[in-house]
Amino acid sequence: MIELKDINKSFEGNLITKGVSATFEKGKVTQIIGKSGSGKSVLIKCVIGLYAPDSGSILYDGQDYLELDNAARTEIRKKIGMLFQASALFDSMTVLENVMFPLTMFTDRSKSEMMDRANECLQKVKIIDKGHLYPAETSGGMQKRIAIARAIALEPEYLFADEPNSGLDPQTAIVIDNLLQEITQEYNTTTVVVTHDMNSVMEVADKIIFIHEGAKWWEGDRQSLIQTNNKELQEFVYASKFMKRLRETLIKGI
Amino acid sequence: MRQVLSKPERWRIYRVRIIIEMDKLGVSSIGLVVLLSIFMGAVICLQTATNLDNPLVPMSLVGYATRESIILELAPTMLSLILAGKVGSSIASELGTMRVTEQIDALDIMGVNSASYLILPKLISALIFFPFLIIISMCLGIFGGYLVSAGTGILDLQDYMDGIHMEFKVFHIYYALIKTLFFAAIITTVSAYYGYTVRGGSLAVGKNSTKGVVGSSILILIFNYLLTQILLI
Ligand SMILES: Nc1ncnc2c1ncn2[C@@H]1O[C@H](COP(=O)(O)OP(=O)(O)OP(=O)(O)O)[C@@H](O)[C@H]1O
Ligand SMILES: [Mg+2]
Repeated sequence: MIELKDINKSFEGNLITKGVSATFEKGKVTQIIGKSGSGKSVLIKCVIGLYAPDSGSILYDGQDYLELDNAARTEIRKKIGMLFQASALFDSMTVLENVMFPLTMFTDRSKSEMMDRANECLQKVKIIDKGHLYPAETSGGMQKRIAIARAIALEPEYLFADEPNSGLDPQTAIVIDNLLQEITQEYNTTTVVVTHDMNSVMEVADKIIFIHEGAKWWEGDRQSLIQTNNKELQEFVYASKFMKRLRETLIKGI
Repeated sequence: MRQVLSKPERWRIYRVRIIIEMDKLGVSSIGLVVLLSIFMGAVICLQTATNLDNPLVPMSLVGYATRESIILELAPTMLSLILAGKVGSSIASELGTMRVTEQIDALDIMGVNSASYLILPKLISALIFFPFLIIISMCLGIFGGYLVSAGTGILDLQDYMDGIHMEFKVFHIYYALIKTLFFAAIITTVSAYYGYTVRGGSLAVGKNSTKGVVGSSILILIFNYLLTQILLI
């Protein structure tokens, strides 16, 4: 479980993240939604320690990340799997080497053991017989899945994803979402997914946090999202006329 | 900088990386070095020979002047400036691209010390390989002069060879190698710094890679002067 307490983060005097408190639970998928530029990526980068917040605390299973020394932070980082918005695969390495990379850095397994584990992870994300290719030779959807395989190679306890299905067609996006959900349940990870894909929210979110202009505006589950009366959230979720009509039908049905 | 020099996590991995980097930064530059050095030596020899028309000055001075200018300046400094362009821009753009595509963030998140993992092997391989390149360059530069005197007959081959052997000081080689080590460190750290700290997109990568080349070239010139003053006077 991860707890955020009153996180503030500013860049050059601009307050981007405004007093966000939240909890991300173990074995659950928490989705962070919000408009482009609302500060979702900044928030998640604060949580994983890429940005240092101006104030607030981040508790990883009770340990205050910001108070830890470097060695202890590294220990926590080894338990974090992260999917970046642009996949961030190492383009000088093959697909298989990418997935093996965390294993070579942090385990003492033999080469064949590492290859077995990497292939197992690739199989899990349904990438088969592509290990010898370079990331640039694979499609965007495959790159996202390879990045998932790399993120789970060390069996992380915390899994973060920044827009894992941006730039993907709805079907492929759902495949990624279901993979994340499957992994969350199988490894019992604390999973946090940033997205603006409502399909994905409706498919896998156990908990939804809505960020508006840097602040936490709303929090709840899928059911309450449909019924919400929060004006900004409604505007975000039901942006198109089609969605607005869909909502009316849904509510009538309930 | 402190991050770069902090104790590497795993030597085994670093050894492999150093060999890869040596291949990337050093071996791939050999062709350029060969071509450049032969022409450099040839031109110096040609110029000195044509300008030396006083009958009282022995022609063997041509060989001597060629050797000294190659060993003292042309091989270590000029070659380092050229390598700053080639190697420096490749380091800066490689790291810059890794930064903007979040590959460096990915390393950090895994708990890898990205600065040390990415930069240290480059630094070490440059420190090992650049001296080799410079020695190759010295030999080929002198060989270039040899080709000119043998090929054009502008001066007697025996005169050239006498000049090459005249008053040879081993210390000058050390001096050149010490300079080279400094230049290798400058090129890798300066361009790595500019690459590693890129902010923004691919435009910023290009800009910073230029800054890396310009910055390391200027530092090379300054250090060249300082080291010469310290070592030769
Ligand atoms: N490193 C930075 N320096 C300065 N400002 C930044 C930095 N990173 C983000 N910002 C600013 O913070 C704001 C929020 O950015 P952020 O990337 O978190 O948005 P986002 O919600 O993830 O948007 P998107 O959905 O488009 O990815 C933006 O206005 C951006 O300009
Ligand atoms: Mg974002």
